[in-house]
Amino acid sequence: MNLTLRVWRQSGPDAPGRFETYEATDVSPDSSFLEMLDLVNEELIAEGEVPIEFMHDCREGICGTCGMMINGQAHGPQALTATCQLHMRTFSDGDEIVLEPWRATGFPIIKDLVVDRAAFDRIIEAGGYVTVDTGSAPDANLIPIPKDTADLAMDAAACIGCGACVAACPNGAAQLFTSAKVAQLNMMPQGQAERYDRAEHMVEVMEEHFGSCTNMGECEAACPKGISIDFIAMMNKDYRKAKFRNRRTA
Amino acid sequence: MTVLDSRVPDGPLASKWEDHKFDMKLVNPNNKRRFEVIVVGTGLAGASAAATMGELGYRVKAFTYHDSARRAHSIAAQGGINAAKNYHGDGDSVHRLFYDTIKGGDYRSREANVHRLAEVSNNIIDQCVAQGVPFAREYGGLLDNRSFGGAQVSRTFYARGQTGQQLLLGAYQALSRQVKAGTVELHTNQEMLELVVVDGKAVGIVTRDLVTGELTRHSAHAVVLGTGGYSNAFYLSTMAMSCNATAIWRAHRKGAFFANPCYTQIHPTAIPSSDEFQSKLTLMSESLRNDGRIWVPKDPDESRAVVDIPEEDRDYYLERKYPSFGNLAPRDISSRAAKVVVDEGRGVGPLKNGVYLDFADAISRLGRQAVADKYGNLFDMYERITGENPYEVPMRIYPAPHYTMGGLWVDYHLQTTIPGLFAIGEANFSDHGANRLGASALMQGLADGYFVLPYTIGDYLAPQLGAPKVDTSAREFEEAEADVRGRVEHYLGIGGTRSVDFFHRELGKILWDYCGMGRNQAGLEKALSEIPALREEFESDVRVLGGPDSLNSSLEKVGRVADTFELAELMCRDALTREESCGGHFREEHQTADGEAKRDDENFAHVSAWEWTGDSGSPTEHREPLVYEEVELSTRSYK
Repeated sequence: MNLTLRVWRQSGPDAPGRFETYEATDVSPDSSFLEMLDLVNEELIAEGEVPIEFMHDCREGICGTCGMMINGQAHGPQALTATCQLHMRTFSDGDEIVLEPWRATGFPIIKDLVVDRAAFDRIIEAGGYVTVDTGSAPDANLIPIPKDTADLAMDAAACIGCGACVAACPNGAAQLFTSAKVAQLNMMPQGQAERYDRAEHMVEVMEEHFGSCTNMGECEAACPKGISIDFIAMMNKDYRKAKFRNRRTA
Repeated sequence: MTVLDSRVPDGPLASKWEDHKFDMKLVNPNNKRRFEVIVVGTGLAGASAAATMGELGYRVKAFTYHDSARRAHSIAAQGGINAAKNYHGDGDSVHRLFYDTIKGGDYRSREANVHRLAEVSNNIIDQCVAQGVPFAREYGGLLDNRSFGGAQVSRTFYARGQTGQQLLLGAYQALSRQVKAGTVELHTNQEMLELVVVDGKAVGIVTRDLVTGELTRHSAHAVVLGTGGYSNAFYLSTMAMSCNATAIWRAHRKGAFFANPCYTQIHPTAIPSSDEFQSKLTLMSESLRNDGRIWVPKDPDESRAVVDIPEEDRDYYLERKYPSFGNLAPRDISSRAAKVVVDEGRGVGPLKNGVYLDFADAISRLGRQAVADKYGNLFDMYERITGENPYEVPMRIYPAPHYTMGGLWVDYHLQTTIPGLFAIGEANFSDHGANRLGASALMQGLADGYFVLPYTIGDYLAPQLGAPKVDTSAREFEEAEADVRGRVEHYLGIGGTRSVDFFHRELGKILWDYCGMGRNQAGLEKALSEIPALREEFESDVRVLGGPDSLNSSLEKVGRVADTFELAELMCRDALTREESCGGHFREEHQTADGEAKRDDENFAHVSAWEWTGDSGSPTEHREPLVYEEVELSTRSYK
């Protein structure tokens, strides 16, 4: 199949960007979206043009590195699918495809389709962990966890930290990412001791970097792992409780 | 005479580690902050080591070339992690896990290391549960297990098909806690491009900032490499695109011996490639072999649709050849058996390059929902990639390079032949012998990082109390940085005609053809002449566009591929020298009448550790004899 790509090119964080048009020819429908971009880059290199930089690594939908806006949608048209798992059979011969980097103030552009997502790490550092030094843990089966709790925690923990939720949100908010970690740890017995501090600290660091949630639900629709916005409600509840508790103990 | 001292402590096997922990020197808690340790890599091994050393009070600098520590390729491990908990009372024990691992490794690993690994396996599960890792549970709330290849007990803990992800996130979160606490300084987007050695000791590294191109010198009292394996040498593998061997290869060139480079694992269950532009192979977890049955048609000319082929015309070749282990035969054996039937022309799929992994029996026995609960995400992944629904038609699978048992030679302390340089996780060679069992990589990475290195590194550091770290203005640092700068300029200046990927693909083909699942003398000799020739072409014809001082993925790749050329030669040379078949190393000249690997314990019960001599064509081999006190060497049988 043959396609026309309109790709955002930007040589550096402060450089002006622009759309460039490239033709992708003889693309196999069985190839992945990123293999199609590899092919375009091979041709650019052959012509002496600097190849397009894009984010990618594991190419099996789990590392969370990849991500771009494909025709205005985070990770493209296929539900529950990261960019690297998107295959060309989703498109038709002759299609025009527009590629842009994640669009969010919290993710400044580094180059072309590559953005800086370091703010996600700051949110985790604010409390996305259980304080337990190596070697101090009791036997793993000491505390039973009901299967449905463990399963729900796993649903939240499946987040790959790609940032599609932020990119899809009209407000550039990071509630889905943050709540996935808050909810996972706050619903498990191991996370109880730090439950309210975790909610408060993570939410506050989140708000330093990202926009505010107005319940649009775009994040859930764009999430390649199907993380539910129910977790945002759980996080908000814990955050509210945290603020009350902390006021009382202040 | 060997120059290698494995430093395996004396005493009975089962108490070596306990006794040794007492014998090793300690650094008192207040003095730990006077030591700086560099950790390169933030996968399971690197992140867990950095976090634990940070907790202990060392000042740690952790480096990753990813944009976040959470992206390391440990994250892609699907199936699970082994531990000898025996929660199901099915006869498991530390000794059995030890024994299975030695046997699975085809009697080519070091007994004392493997026993220690089995001993600490249970601590890992405790630690991860306490961190909030959402392992799968039974209805009573206790931990669930499943079986993996090479074992007849259920000892594998798992979190859906995303165990590596959950364990890595646990380690990443522990690391993040230390970053917040200020004990770990985390450097993202930083790739280590050179090791700095002063007076024979590892004292620092030189890194390149992948976003700005800036080169930086970092000094410390010790350097730890947790930078993973080298399966990407084959180009097509289950590795992430940026996995590479540069860190360990640079260390090798500075004096760290490289052990058993020919021990590579070809995983039996990956999705077969669909065309020549494919960039990577996707693994389907080994756990699928718990319920999937592997078969090919008996007739090479079979033309019926797969679901119409009757039972009697199917060859369930693993169940036929290995009745007691069946579809759960170890990886090396399962992979070779697949190669045999595909080479016979009985492969399936449009390119006849796969075998079936069939869930029809499991679905009729357990119901579709139960199968979906166990493997749903894997089935979805398969469908996204191939466009076929594995609930309706069997999956097609074929072996793919997946893990490398070889790596930097380390002693019992996980120290390389360069004092002060440690290698952990897949980057070292120590625990899996010639073949790694499923669900043992996660176990080893976390064992090294959480429970071994944090003890052994103290023994190295303690005597150095009060010694300042080497200043980064030292001549050796200056030379290392100049060397890195020279390489960057060299590759940007070649101005050839072909992309880096072109050369990597060509190199991968040579390795796959001659140093893949089957190896023989003629093929290896051919590879040893083709690789340097391709290298020469690469040095004069590679084209790297763009500049040195911004994000430039071609520039990142070119140095990695250059190092891979030298490593590929060493893999072939090691394969040629090891005139026996064992585990993942199958020399076609050495097989039994029914095509099984034929070991030669008389001449090859040793570790081959290669020393860099300044020229990739003539490395020096050193041998560490493998002494078995506990286990009796026997022919591995899974029949």
